[in-house]
Amino acid sequence: MTNGFQIVVCGSLVPDPLQTLEPVTTPQGPGLKNETMLPSVLDPWSAHALFEAAHLAKQVAGSKVWLVSLGPKAKLQQLMMTVAQKVPFELVALDGSASGFTDAHGVAAALADAIGAIPGLDKSRLLVFGGCASASRDASVTMQLVGERLGICDQFVGVDEIHVQADGAFSVLERIEGGEYLASTCAGAPAVLAWATGNLPEPPNNPQIGMGNMRGVMPALQKAKPAAVGVGGIAYAKTEIPAQKRQTRIVKDASTDEIAREIVEWIRQ
Amino acid sequence: MDADIVCVGFGPATGGFLTTLTRALMKPDGTPAFESKVMPGMPLQIMCYERADDIGFGVSGVVTKGRAIRESFPGVDLTKEIPNAVATGHETVAYLFDPIGASRRTAGTKFMDGVFKHGRFAMGKGPHASELPWIPPFLRKEPGFVMSVGAFMSWVGNQLMGSGLVQIWPGTPVSGPVMEGDRVVGVRLADQGVDKKGNPEASFMPGMDIHARLTVVGDGPVGAVGRKLDRHFGLPQGNHQHDWAVGMKAVVELPASCELKPGTVLHTLGYPEPEIFGFMYVYPDRTASLGIFVPSWFDTPIRTSYRYLQHWMMHPYIWRHIEGGTLRSWGAKSLQESGVRGEPYLVGDGFARIGEGSGTTNVLTNSGVDEAWRSGVLLAEGVIELLARDAEFTKGTLKAAYVNRRRADALDEELQVAKKGRDGFQRGFFTGMMGTGMTGMTGGALNLSVESCPPSARIPTLADVCAGRIAPDKLAEAVEACAKAKQPLHDALMTLAGWPEIPLDGSLLMSHQDVLFKGGKVQAAGGFADHVTFAKPELCAVCKERTCIEICSAQALMPGEEGGTPEFDREKCIHCGACIWSCSKALPGDPERANVEFSAGSGGLHSNEN
Repeated sequence: MTNGFQIVVCGSLVPDPLQTLEPVTTPQGPGLKNETMLPSVLDPWSAHALFEAAHLAKQVAGSKVWLVSLGPKAKLQQLMMTVAQKVPFELVALDGSASGFTDAHGVAAALADAIGAIPGLDKSRLLVFGGCASASRDASVTMQLVGERLGICDQFVGVDEIHVQADGAFSVLERIEGGEYLASTCAGAPAVLAWATGNLPEPPNNPQIGMGNMRGVMPALQKAKPAAVGVGGIAYAKTEIPAQKRQTRIVKDASTDEIAREIVEWIRQ
Repeated sequence: MDADIVCVGFGPATGGFLTTLTRALMKPDGTPAFESKVMPGMPLQIMCYERADDIGFGVSGVVTKGRAIRESFPGVDLTKEIPNAVATGHETVAYLFDPIGASRRTAGTKFMDGVFKHGRFAMGKGPHASELPWIPPFLRKEPGFVMSVGAFMSWVGNQLMGSGLVQIWPGTPVSGPVMEGDRVVGVRLADQGVDKKGNPEASFMPGMDIHARLTVVGDGPVGAVGRKLDRHFGLPQGNHQHDWAVGMKAVVELPASCELKPGTVLHTLGYPEPEIFGFMYVYPDRTASLGIFVPSWFDTPIRTSYRYLQHWMMHPYIWRHIEGGTLRSWGAKSLQESGVRGEPYLVGDGFARIGEGSGTTNVLTNSGVDEAWRSGVLLAEGVIELLARDAEFTKGTLKAAYVNRRRADALDEELQVAKKGRDGFQRGFFTGMMGTGMTGMTGGALNLSVESCPPSARIPTLADVCAGRIAPDKLAEAVEACAKAKQPLHDALMTLAGWPEIPLDGSLLMSHQDVLFKGGKVQAAGGFADHVTFAKPELCAVCKERTCIEICSAQALMPGEEGGTPEFDREKCIHCGACIWSCSKALPGDPERANVEFSAGSGGLHSNEN
């Protein structure tokens, strides 16, 4: 293809999963204890999508990557310090809730509006990337809703691989049941790709990329529009923490054989 | 890559520096007050590189008077802005008796035990403890506040980045200064995409050089840049860095039964060993930061901070407050306890030193965060002055603008008072307490000054330490069994010395390995070289004490093959740096330098709650 892709990645922050996360009920609804204090990371699903987007942009000349990110502005700012050194992108920031309890419909509406408002966007070159489980409590619906709102019919969910051909057509591997892949071929953009984990490692921190990105990041944060996500319209009848299934016992002086026997017994049960 | 100013390490000192500097960078009309020399027409290009994976990751709950910090934010109630911060409330210093009978108590300590036991009629009482009826003014922290330094630095970082005038990059270890002769012209970032030994792999990306007119070194007492500068320039005549401690701390969610009010400050001495001091600071929402300090003058190779922390927590005086609680977060950090005695050359051509690594810790008042912040503020004021004159950052201009400013400030005045406040501890706990009292009560006029020696020179042999406590045959058996099992020695030897086993409950008292998962799992990004190595493996081969393994806060150093160097697991290391000053083997010809090499590395703690 001659002009390259315009790749818009939807991705925002989640509490660092390495932290101790404790669900609580807040006046605003369900939340996490000390949520404002918890360090954040880029949602790992979206992170894969971002790295894949950057990789694709490198392969296809003339391509460009945007990162559309919905979250509290101050937290987005901090997140950018860890993300912006990884790959080049232009940030479009939306100031709103990034809570895991925010509804997928509201998030998708805000993201689609922001994508639609990107100046100079050419839909015939548009690929919308995101995490397949992002902002949807693992229901894989948010990216599909974004696609619907943008009028994009070709949608792929649980993507692990994309191969672009010279004419702009591409083949996609989507995860399906039983460890199998569904292989599809698409004639070209526009399309929505909701990524699973992809195959790329996390890029190293590159200070030059960071410096380049930051020229656009701070202005983008300064003009971040408020997104009325999760504000009214939703009542949580009930929230429940999944039952903990981990069973921990402290055992001293048990032989390897005894431990192995017990594990086998436990598996049999 | 080029910048105007590059900072190494984002701790309180750099926070103070950048907070002060960024406020002077723009004119009221929105145009730059100082133009960048590397990007003409733009504001100054200021970079800050932080080793940890996010700003605020690390360890330290503190109580501080916070004078300099509050001065930087006039009219702001920091206890409302910073999560978990609260005004200092009731302060208590308690002397803990040994309820077990296993700690090492010399004649001097037994004398102090007697004084505190027989003087209880005039003191507050606690279970197996006496509370001092009066706290000397130099130790008091009122008015002040209790806070998590991690939470504080996150807040400061957000303010700075929100200004758009500085870029703070976490997850970016700096391997050392870039030097041209004695001039620092920037820093070199650590190589990425290398194996454990630093050999390039497929994704190799050599550490980039960041050239800058001024390099601000605030990477703490064990930072790679500061240590390399010390190696290059040496320390000023008469200064030394012989005194260290590792502070091992935990954040605990207190049980509902705990009646301590937010802002309560407890300091303890006397137990689990006389040399080990403890503290507990109560945050809001029934949470507390607590821990111990294990110093380099704790003369034993069995220096396990973790097990001693657990014994301290289980002392009846502390346990009554925390029993039934939950450990939320944990960590450790080395403290440069020589204070102003350890001050390096503060400036040179192209660089300036701030913070703990520049000798700002006040070893008399046991205060370091506010002092570090103040040093950053003072440097920023000097830099603004030089920028206004369009002067170069030379040794001479920086001395006039920063060092002289620091010498004239109350910071230095207080550091000089404290200078000899810890000297007595070189001769033991009792002498140390006498010396601290003398210095504190006379404002530094009278001191108990003694000669000091490098930490490696004072670690006794196992046989000497265990004499009279563990029979030689039992000691030999334990050493052999631990070597065979490739385990550290401290658990076996402490048990033999009469310390009870820790009744692990998986909630408040957990195994050393389990605690690495609390409050943000300890981990490290791939692609970096091992940052702990050994200069001369042959010294490890004859080392019997292996104190580096015993002190290791995260069991990242473990016994290797017999006669070999310890095995290092980079993914467990929390970068406390205790191995550096706990090595008992000085390098031949350089008694001030031990065998452990500690360089820039990524990863570590992932909690900003501490």
